[in-house]
Amino acid sequence: MSIRTPLAHVRGLGAAKDGTHHWWMQRVTSVILVPLVLWFVISLLSVSRADYEAFQHWLSSPVNAGLLVALLTAMFYHASLGMQVIYEDYVRPEGAKVIAVLVTQLALFLLGAISIVAVLKIALA
Amino acid sequence: MSAKQRPLSPFMIGPYYRPQMTSILSITHRATGAGLVVGTLLMVYWLAAAALGPEAYEHAQTVLGSMLGQLFLFLWTWALFYHLANGIRHLFWDAGHGFELEKATQSGWAVVWSSIILTVLCWLIAAP
Repeated sequence: MSIRTPLAHVRGLGAAKDGTHHWWMQRVTSVILVPLVLWFVISLLSVSRADYEAFQHWLSSPVNAGLLVALLTAMFYHASLGMQVIYEDYVRPEGAKVIAVLVTQLALFLLGAISIVAVLKIALA
Repeated sequence: MSAKQRPLSPFMIGPYYRPQMTSILSITHRATGAGLVVGTLLMVYWLAAAALGPEAYEHAQTVLGSMLGQLFLFLWTWALFYHLANGIRHLFWDAGHGFELEKATQSGWAVVWSSIILTVLCWLIAAP
């Protein structure tokens, strides 16, 4: 016998109130990140010691710039979801937890915005 | 027990729960994840410097090329490969594969060794 109400069962949202959305988006971003990270590491090996012009030339390709923006978007989203879980598991009291999550997510959101603008500025220069 | 006095995770490890290879790898996944978040600061710094122009980019390359910069990048490389490999291990679990104790231990060692080998390989290729 289930002690869950029929309505709760149908909604399927569980104790977190938002169902599997957080879990699912963490998986979606991780699946996207697997090929993007491999591409990024291989690319880094070719441009890590390059001078400015070579780096600019690499980013002037729409494919490279697009993949890098995709990587940054998925990466900061994934980081935000992951840090949230870490705080939820280890930080108490409740107020400190909420503040830690909010501050970190805001910081990651800003870092993501700055890095994407930086990429676009180089790519479109 | 009131909600305020509940023990916080990971209180089980140590007094109640013997550390195992799989549990060590699990907490390492979190640690590398948090470490990579710190590493994003370096990545944003590098991209922002490049956006500011050749001089700022050259300076950033010098900073990243210093002993401390290289050490940090080396650790970042290993954390990235570890989190990547163990993340793929997690995705297989999510699909319902590899839960048997023996397989979980095997895949764990595969993660450890592939992360070390890929890190060394990267730095051998990147070496001037």
